[in-house]
Order: sequence, then C-alpha cells, then structure tokens
Amino acid sequence: MERKEYVEIGQVIAKSGGYVSSNIHAPVAGTVTKLDKIVDTRGYKKQCIVIRTDAKNESNSKEVEYPLKSEITLEPEAILKRVSDFGIVGLGGATFPSHVKLHVKEDRKLDCLIINGVECEPYLTADHRLMLEKAEEILVGIKILMHALHVSRAIIGIENNKKDAIDLFRKLVPRDAGIQIAALRVKYPQGGEKQLVRALLKREVPKNGLPLDVGVVVHNVGTVFAIYQAVQHNRPLIERVVTVTGKKLENPSNFWVRIGTPISDLLAEVGGIPENTRKIVSGGPMMGKALKNTDVPVTKGTSGILVIPGEEASRGTPRNCIRCGECVDVCPMGLEPHLLMNLTEKTMFEKAAQEDILTCIECGSCSYVCPSHRPLLDYIRFGKTMAKQLESNQG
Amino acid sequence: MSNQPIIVSASPHVHSERTASSLMYDVVIALIPAFLVSIYLFGISAFITTAAAVISCLLFEYLIQKFLLKTNVTIGDGSGLITGILLAFNLPAGLPIWMVVVGSFMAIGVAKLSFGGLGFNIFNPALVGRVFLLVSFPVQMTLWPLARTDYAGAVDAVTGATTLGMIKDGIQYGDTMSQISSRIPSSMEMLLGTTGGSLGEMSALALILGGIYLIIRKVITWHIPVTVLATIAIMTGIFWWIDPEQYANPLIHVLAGGAILGAFYMATDLVTSPVTRKGMIIFAIGIGVITVVIRLFGSYPEGISFAILIMNAFVPLINSYFKPRRFGSRIKAKIM
Repeated sequence: MERKEYVEIGQVIAKSGGYVSSNIHAPVAGTVTKLDKIVDTRGYKKQCIVIRTDAKNESNSKEVEYPLKSEITLEPEAILKRVSDFGIVGLGGATFPSHVKLHVKEDRKLDCLIINGVECEPYLTADHRLMLEKAEEILVGIKILMHALHVSRAIIGIENNKKDAIDLFRKLVPRDAGIQIAALRVKYPQGGEKQLVRALLKREVPKNGLPLDVGVVVHNVGTVFAIYQAVQHNRPLIERVVTVTGKKLENPSNFWVRIGTPISDLLAEVGGIPENTRKIVSGGPMMGKALKNTDVPVTKGTSGILVIPGEEASRGTPRNCIRCGECVDVCPMGLEPHLLMNLTEKTMFEKAAQEDILTCIECGSCSYVCPSHRPLLDYIRFGKTMAKQLESNQG
Repeated sequence: MSNQPIIVSASPHVHSERTASSLMYDVVIALIPAFLVSIYLFGISAFITTAAAVISCLLFEYLIQKFLLKTNVTIGDGSGLITGILLAFNLPAGLPIWMVVVGSFMAIGVAKLSFGGLGFNIFNPALVGRVFLLVSFPVQMTLWPLARTDYAGAVDAVTGATTLGMIKDGIQYGDTMSQISSRIPSSMEMLLGTTGGSLGEMSALALILGGIYLIIRKVITWHIPVTVLATIAIMTGIFWWIDPEQYANPLIHVLAGGAILGAFYMATDLVTSPVTRKGMIIFAIGIGVITVVIRLFGSYPEGISFAILIMNAFVPLINSYFKPRRFGSRIKAKIM
C-alpha cells in the first residue's frame, strides 16, 4: 500500500505474510492517508492502514442484501482457497486463520465437525444473536465445511439458556443431514475448544495438542457465517457482530460493524458511556482486555465491548491463601493455580513448567473464585512467559 | 464518564462475591445451634468458657500482630473468632478461665501466628490449644460437668465421665458391653445432647444441622466429614461384629465423643486439610483409622483430636501426591 492510493471496498490491503496468517481487506472505500503504528485493543502499537472514507462512494453507505444461496458449487480445494484469500479467521476471539484448520493432511483422521455456538464469555450475546438471525446461512456454512473437510457428521453446541436458538436450529435441520444440535449445560469456560470437544464428544485433546488430534475440527458460528459469505457471495471478512453491553448501559445492543470502526462510535450508539464508568473492556469480563482509551478500532477478534461501573471495576485487596482449594476445583485444565502462583512468586519456573503451567488457557476462573482475592492469573501469566523462555533456551 | 481516571488491569474483570471472611462467618453461623445447646445444658458456665476463649484468642492475635510482629491486624477476618469458639467447644464447660487463656495462647500465638498467620499454619490451632491443655492439665480437662438433664443413676453427681470414658473404664475393669450399656446414655440422648462431655460436642443433631448448612453454602464438601464418620463406623463395626461384648457398637462410636464435631468442623478446616477431593478422602480415612485405634487400644478414651493433628502433618505430602487429573491425560479417543 502506498499513501494517497485509492482503495475499493473489499480490496486486499494487506497480504498474509505466511501460512498461519491471513489477508486484510479494505472495509470501506477511500484514500489511504497513513501507514502507521496505532495502539490496538490489547494496548500494543500495531502496524495499521488508515483509510479516509469516501462519502461519495455508494458502497460505503449502501446496505447490501444477500439472498440465501444454499447450493454449494465449489470443490473443496476452491473452498479452501476462498477462505484463505478472503481473510477468514476464527471470530470467537483468537483470530486463528480458518484456512489452516480446513487444511487437513491425508494421514490425519477426522470424523466430526463441531460448531461452537457457546458464547465464549458471560455478558456477550454476539453468537446468540447471529444464530437467531442467520440460522439458515450458518447451516449452509456448516454444509460447506462438511464438504470441504469430507466429514459426514457435525454437532452444533449451544448452551441451554439459549432455548430459542436451539429450537430454531432443531426446526431447520433436516433429519438426514448428519447435523446434530446439542444443548449444553451453561458453564464457563465451555466456549473454549478443548472444553467444548470434551463436553460434546467426551474426547480429551491431549496436552499441547489440537482438536484434530482427537479427530475433530471446531469452528465458531460467526466464522461459519463468514465462510458462508466468502464462499457463496464472494464477500471478504470486513464485518462482524460486536456486543456492546454493561449493567448501566441505556441500550445494550449487538452491532453488525465494519472492521476498523472506532469503539467510541459504538459506545455513542448505545447512548454514551454512563456516569461512574471506571473500566471499559474489549471482549468479555473474564478474558477481555481493559482499554485505556476508546479510540481504538474494532478488529476481527473484537467480540464485545463491556462497560463496567465503578463499584465493580477495582480489585479486592489480596490476602493470604487459605488453601481452600476453590481454584483447583474450578480449573478447567486440572491445574493447581495456588501452587503455580506460589512457584512463580518464588521464581521456580522450571517446577512450574513441570506442573503444566503452560497448559493454562487463562480463562480467569481461578482469580474469579479466589475468596482471598489473590491475583492468581496475573502470576500464572508471568510464570508462563518465564517458563516458555526457559523452554526455548533449552531447546 | 466519571471524573475519576479509568482503570486498566489484567483480566478477569469481575469477581465472585465470596470472600475469605464470608466463608469464616458462615462457619460461625453453623456453630450457633451447638452453642445454644451447650448454654441450655450447662448454663452460664458454657457461655463464660466460650466468651473467655473467643476474647483471649482475639486479644492475643491483636497484641501479637500489633506489638510483636508489627504487621496488619487481621482480627476482623473471622478466623480468630472460629478458633476461639472451636477451642471452647473442645473444653469442659466451666474450666478455670486461666486455663482457657493458656489454651488460647497456644492456639493463636504458637499454632497460628508463629507459623505465619492465617493460611500458613500446619496444625489446626484450636486443636493444638486443646491438646496442650489435655496433656498439661489432665485432671481438670477430664472433669466433665454433667448436663442439666441428668440420666439415670447420676442424680447426685456434679461431674461424671463421658460415654467413651465409661466404656473404656468398664472394659478395663473387665465388664462386658451388655453390663456397660445400662450405664451409658441411649443413642437418642447422644443425638439430642444429654450426656457428659466437652462443651460443644454434646448434641450430634445440632452439629449435623450446622454441618449441612456448611455443605449447602459450599464452605466445605461432604468428602471429609462423611469419610471420617464412615471410616469410624466401618472399623468399629468390624470389631463389634467380632466381639460385641468387648467393643461398643458403631452407632455409639459415631455419636459419642467428638467424632461429629471433629469430622464436620475441625478436620474440614480449609487451611489444614488437603485441596483435592482425592486428597481429602485419604486424609479423612487416616483420621478415622487413627481415631478408632486410639479409642479402642490407646490409653485415652477419645482420640479424634490427636488423629486430626497427626493427619494435619501429612497434608503437604497428600497435596503433592494426590493432584487433580490434568486435562488431556485421559487415554486417546477412538476416531471412526
């Protein structure tokens, strides 16, 4: 990209730099004004392309309607190429390039596609909304994926507090399609891939492994919809659903927004930031990132914006560990967070690695339950970084 | 947006409403029924002993933290209060107040604060206090005032033996269980609380009621209390089955003495018990076995205090051997 260059909507503006990477497309038509480092939602400066939107260009304001297209014409290789070219990434939050997950080597056994309709965190309703509004498109997307992966079985996992979505899918799915709808108990962090695979199939992804190791590929419903749009309508990933919510918000909503929209615009749309707001989070309450300012853009991984009032924004004062074992009970990976924190505090990173600190998925459940308000996850994150460093020094 | 600066911190951004203090105060609430029973049975002396233990525990904690350790004073967290109540529950009502104070000092000063305070103590503080008093002042510590509602044959007595004490003495004098059983209280009396014994161990029913509250409130899980009591019942049951004239039946062993108090309130102390379910069960079996061995073959009629303290010492070992099952360590699934 060059400065002053004019880009059309959907034009590739950044090419993927490797296999586990993906293209970025212009979400609006306009002129490139700046190529600079800009602080993103994680608080790091990232290379960004700034486009001044062209108000005259119709495609910037036009709502495009796509009629449902259910006939699948593309071959698996072509589907894979389209997913890759059109910049589709996992929209659950991790933004892992989807084409990597679709490319299954010949010698790998695969028997089930899992569709993640479990909201990854409390407060977020983006997946739920999408399932209700785009159920038919999602079903076509699932068929596209089944075709591309050569599997005959798919399971949609939805938590049983979203009864309407479960009923809708049950109504829409034909009997012989090989698609099963599974109602799951509401339990955080079930939206995590490994947890979902276990909940649905009783299979456990091995340590440091991928769902593919147990014959499964997992895609989020949002990703499936993006794949549907890419494959059936030649539409690159330039939009996504974002939940904007918070206890004190006037009008919490889900928005269908272009990638790159400033978060401050979304907050203005729900009636502005309420009085007494002390924290704004990109993502959910358990794993989201607190924002320093709201002039950061929505990225492909922005699933929600959470506005937290003053009384809930501060942490409690940490006290001594009373060895109650709550963190051990709650850890979805079977770790001992209190021990890992202790080892990190004592800089015993090697021992922490032996205690599987690197398998921590950082769901935050331990810090959430700790009755002594101990910052378990903060220490574990640090311990992980140090343990990783140790590992790379040795190997 | 408020005028105060925005907070940026690492996730998670929300916290459960439970705090360490709320856990502690739940334990205090659970102990109220047994406390009321003790006041009903022993009158003002039960209240005085409990008040003396609680006040001296909190006072020692305050003084030591403020003037000796010069750290933050944490007497408001509820743990010192529980230690005081549990210490009193393990003493005979009406024990000389200075002895209660000595016990409190051992509990708070030695067993808790010298190890580093809440969370760092290896042994249950209240039990350390009790056992110290028991071995130092064996006469006063086994002078059990009789409960208000006297049972047959003890009308004139002001002090008497505990159920387990009567059994132990009887067997040692060569009596058989059928001779002894006419002297000891019935199961119903033990359930409601009309026997001789420590202040807080009188009514099994009141203690179980509080224990159920703790389980419902998820302060404790069923694993430790149920396993301790089941181990005691099974082991004494085997001996009773072998020779019912020499050994009391398992129901007596579960209801009498400090078994229920110990199983629900002392062994479950969060700090001094294992963190995993598997560990808890091993720990509880150990307590049950040691208790029965002391009761049947030791020189003390009751052994649960010693059993819990001995098993407390094994907790770090249990914690390092009985780990939670790591995710992904299950054998690989079959893929079709």
